[in-house]
Amino acid sequence: MKKEMTYLDSVHRDGRIWNLSVMVLLLAFPAAVCVIFNVLPQWNSLLMGLIATAPMYWAVGAIETVTYVPMLGAGGSYLSFVTGNISNLKLPCALNALEQNEVSANSEEGEVVSTIAIAISSIVTTIIIIIGVLLIVPLTPILQAPALQPAFDQILPALFGGLGVAFVSKNWKIAVAPAILMLILFIFVPALNAGTVGIMVPVSALFTIGVARIMYKRGAL
Amino acid sequence: MEFSVNHPILFVIAGILIAVVLAQSVFFLVKALRRSKQLGMDQKKLKKTMLSAALFTIAPAVAIVISVMILSKSLGLPLPWLRLSVIGSMSYETVAATNTLNAMNETLGASNLTAQQYVTVLTVMTISIMMGIWLVPAIGKKLQKGMQSLSNRDAKWADIFSISLFIGMIAAFLGFVFCDVSRLWTAEDGIVTAIKDGVTVEYSATSGLIPVCVMAVSALIMIICGLLMRKPKLKWLSEYALPISLVLGMASAIPFTMWLG
Repeated sequence: MKKEMTYLDSVHRDGRIWNLSVMVLLLAFPAAVCVIFNVLPQWNSLLMGLIATAPMYWAVGAIETVTYVPMLGAGGSYLSFVTGNISNLKLPCALNALEQNEVSANSEEGEVVSTIAIAISSIVTTIIIIIGVLLIVPLTPILQAPALQPAFDQILPALFGGLGVAFVSKNWKIAVAPAILMLILFIFVPALNAGTVGIMVPVSALFTIGVARIMYKRGAL
Repeated sequence: MEFSVNHPILFVIAGILIAVVLAQSVFFLVKALRRSKQLGMDQKKLKKTMLSAALFTIAPAVAIVISVMILSKSLGLPLPWLRLSVIGSMSYETVAATNTLNAMNETLGASNLTAQQYVTVLTVMTISIMMGIWLVPAIGKKLQKGMQSLSNRDAKWADIFSISLFIGMIAAFLGFVFCDVSRLWTAEDGIVTAIKDGVTVEYSATSGLIPVCVMAVSALIMIICGLLMRKPKLKWLSEYALPISLVLGMASAIPFTMWLG
């Protein structure tokens, strides 16, 4: 008898179909431009551009996949890795939703909650960008006003301040060691900045898991 | 057909792709909501979660619109519209476009792109970020199964493991908020020069404290919301606490930048 498919299995099946289809469609965009305008890429520059860009972003993408999939849940992962803005939008959104609903990320309820939060966030983002594109002429002078610029430059600190309090206050024992380590590293190592924070997320996560494991074994958690 | 970076057909293609991505989000939303009913989850609570997620998304999404506006000056509107609606970012698209145009002895924004330059840049942008989109289908299930078996073996440790991942990420961003504090002692004559999105910018010695102050304001507002939420009458604040701390934190950046920037 065929085993009944679980909800999670069906999420993986649907997610695979969606993501691979979107990937093919995204690749079809340059192909369509070639056909419509009867032009080919400049192969030499294409290769040089890829060599200069792809290895780093592929490496970051691979690390992000391994780090973020366990946090985002199945449905959330398929959506997030298509729509992007993971650490600055989708993951905080999912974390906040899990907190509000008081469900564990590892439960099926947690999977459902994080998928709902991430889907809503993706839909709202897409719609706001569409509105922005439609109204670009009247909106440009407003949104690019120099007076507002500092506010948009500081989204990440404003986001992680609130999220940090909500999360760290409940788990401060686990948070002390990684917070101190990251503060020292980021303040005193000049190479660590906005561009490299993505690489430090898995480093920090592994360190935190290590510290938490030791504390757990000693019965301190 | 004569090419332009804002050719209507490019809007049509970008629009179709974005519609598909939007459909994927709606599909997963409906699927998860159906499952939540089967699991007997509190639908009222989930509605509040959706409202909170939507409110929280507005400010970061407006920031993405600003990135679209900036990039549209050199790349036209359809390309940044698509690229920033799917995985990508202002800095990534700028790096990819700059790397490709440099290989053609061109600079971003210097002149109108030809069809060949455009398609070359577009191809590099599309391919260079295509890791997660296929890697999640390839290994996502295995990663999730690993978490599940961990949960089956030792549920308490599995929860601590998940929380540790979250805390690890938050700690990394906490460090990032402090990354420019070192300008206080590295500045020469009170000025530090740095390269931002390919442009050399001058910063004051105290500018590194701006993100720290913004984070402190946002954290403080979250604490105040947390205290207020203890009163039964103000429990509704829980849906708005994170969006409020985000927006007020961002707003506080304006006076802090005037003062320290």
